[in-house]
Amino acid sequence: MTGDRPPGPDAPSYYGRPVLKTPVWEWKIAAYLFTGGLAAGTAVVAAGADLVRAPRLRRGCWLGSFAALLASVGLLVGDLGRPERFHHMLRVAKPTSPMSVGTWILTAFGPGVGAAAVSELVPARWRSSWPARLLRGLARALGLASAATAPGVATYTAALLSQTAVPGWHEVREELPFLFAGSAAASGGGFGMLTAPPAEARPARVFAAAGAGGELLASRLMERRMGLIREVYEHGTVARRRRASEVLTAAGLAGTVLLAGRSRAGAAASGIALLTGSALQRFGVFEAGVESTRDPRYTVVPQRERLDAARRGSAVGDDVGRPAR
Amino acid sequence: MTATDRTPPPPVDLARRNGYFDPPPRMGFFTDTSVCIGCKACEVACKEWNHVPEDGLDLLGMSMDNTGMLGANSWRHVAFVEQRRPGTAGPEEQTLAVEARLRAAPRGGSELGTTPLPTAPGGAVADLGMPTVGRPGDGTGAETRTDFRWLMESDVCKHCTEAGCLDVCPTGALFRTEFGTVVVQQDICNGCGYCVSGCPYGVIDRRPHDGRAQKCTLCYDRLKGGLTPACAKACPTESIQFGPLDELRERADRRLAELHGQGVAEAELYGRDPDDGVGGHGSLFLLLDVPEVYGLPPAPVVPTRSAPQIWRRVGAAAAAFALAGIGAFASAAFGDHP
Repeated sequence: MTGDRPPGPDAPSYYGRPVLKTPVWEWKIAAYLFTGGLAAGTAVVAAGADLVRAPRLRRGCWLGSFAALLASVGLLVGDLGRPERFHHMLRVAKPTSPMSVGTWILTAFGPGVGAAAVSELVPARWRSSWPARLLRGLARALGLASAATAPGVATYTAALLSQTAVPGWHEVREELPFLFAGSAAASGGGFGMLTAPPAEARPARVFAAAGAGGELLASRLMERRMGLIREVYEHGTVARRRRASEVLTAAGLAGTVLLAGRSRAGAAASGIALLTGSALQRFGVFEAGVESTRDPRYTVVPQRERLDAARRGSAVGDDVGRPAR
Repeated sequence: MTATDRTPPPPVDLARRNGYFDPPPRMGFFTDTSVCIGCKACEVACKEWNHVPEDGLDLLGMSMDNTGMLGANSWRHVAFVEQRRPGTAGPEEQTLAVEARLRAAPRGGSELGTTPLPTAPGGAVADLGMPTVGRPGDGTGAETRTDFRWLMESDVCKHCTEAGCLDVCPTGALFRTEFGTVVVQQDICNGCGYCVSGCPYGVIDRRPHDGRAQKCTLCYDRLKGGLTPACAKACPTESIQFGPLDELRERADRRLAELHGQGVAEAELYGRDPDDGVGGHGSLFLLLDVPEVYGLPPAPVVPTRSAPQIWRRVGAAAAAFALAGIGAFASAAFGDHP
């Protein structure tokens, strides 16, 4: 991640030392961005499959959602400095903290996914017993409720990253929620295509295609509107990951539209391409933020420009230091 | 950064707004860098009083600064800048030599103040090209003067009126004290690390092996006992002044006017303006160059101010996500194919 320094405007600094601390979050948070999105995307597909009676799509996606959720919880707790204190997140509900908001969204989302997945795991010979039927009914209601919170799970992570001083995340705050929503839908739909036969997976294909299209569009818009931070996104590992993500997502989209309805293999290949594309996108954005804190220019140059513009704009210097927005 | 020629807004009673009845006045620091001699007594006194562990013994090549940055294990940091002309930080060759080592570090050098940098690759000794001028003040006549100057600044947590770290803390570990300062409750913090990225000044960091976020408490325990914070107490030149914030702001304005009167036109106040991007600091600074020369952000804005904009976009994206899901299944339910 050291990378050579991209060319660009120079700014005075303290021996070239960063102004900000690089995030202490590790790869686990980048991986969570993916697994959290996947859990949300598959929950929507599973709940929908339940409603339109597509049992194999439903089963695969509830199990996938639960596995992604368990992975998410493990990754989130594992990244804490004091993992044994993870439950301190539940002391308060704090609207100013996207992490607190996310904690409560996940708390609302989790139990229904768990109940639905457990109900899918009941062996066939017990399914007609009354406890299994009761569980099934409960799981259905709770699973639908979880799917209703899934849009929050899929998108709050954009607020989590954007509401920081990290230039690579803060500067793309307008487009990031759409990028993450698209990425989550593409991965959820892709997972459905991977696990269910093409005859049942049509809604998963529509969802995946909409997600992939949204992700590609949001990514392009984001790149077009970037200021100085473009250097980080168009340089080194970050650029390679995001380019690979774009190619895989576009290929997955084409495969979803052209192949996935007819061939199981085509559906699986498209699903894997979409899942990989979604994961690479998350790692790319995560690393762009980390990279942007390593060079003081990304912090200092935009602030200095804003400050100078404010000083020029107001003779008495009243508004100096005021935010541009 | 300063606006001394206008009516000051009514002081924000921060503590009262945070639920304290009859709180003491908001307390803070005024760090006047024009009288700092770079003795680092503040760094030492802070470490001793607060039991702040070692941050790595190293020779960084940043002039006399071998701490490098504020961090989990450095709650005061004395910056040293060797200048040939204002607006530059150190002789160029020195910056170049240091910068390579910073870039090779895992966290780009921002681990300074918390952990040491890795040893230079190959153990090579960098030639820092130390200036060949004598010590400032060695000679007596005007003819001995050069354009070289040394800036020293004791940096500390800004105890912002709108604190990014506090806003994003999901456990409530970071809180506003009755003195208007921002403190981490060590029995609550679970080390999620959000505050580290929420701070626009790069002050707070997570302490390795301990796992919790650490920063200046403005000596909360000493304030409770009616004492002056350790750093201000130890400062031999009163470069670090402690007191009620209202009083410090007046003092800072007077000092700035005095220096401007003496022809030190480059002097400016940092964090004085309650209308700036963080609602003003609880700890003010008088600087002799632009903030970025000291490693400070020139006009930071607390990320919380973007929250309404961010959540509007998140809401729209969530709605689009939900519509895509509903649409996908509605087309299946009403379409020709199952």
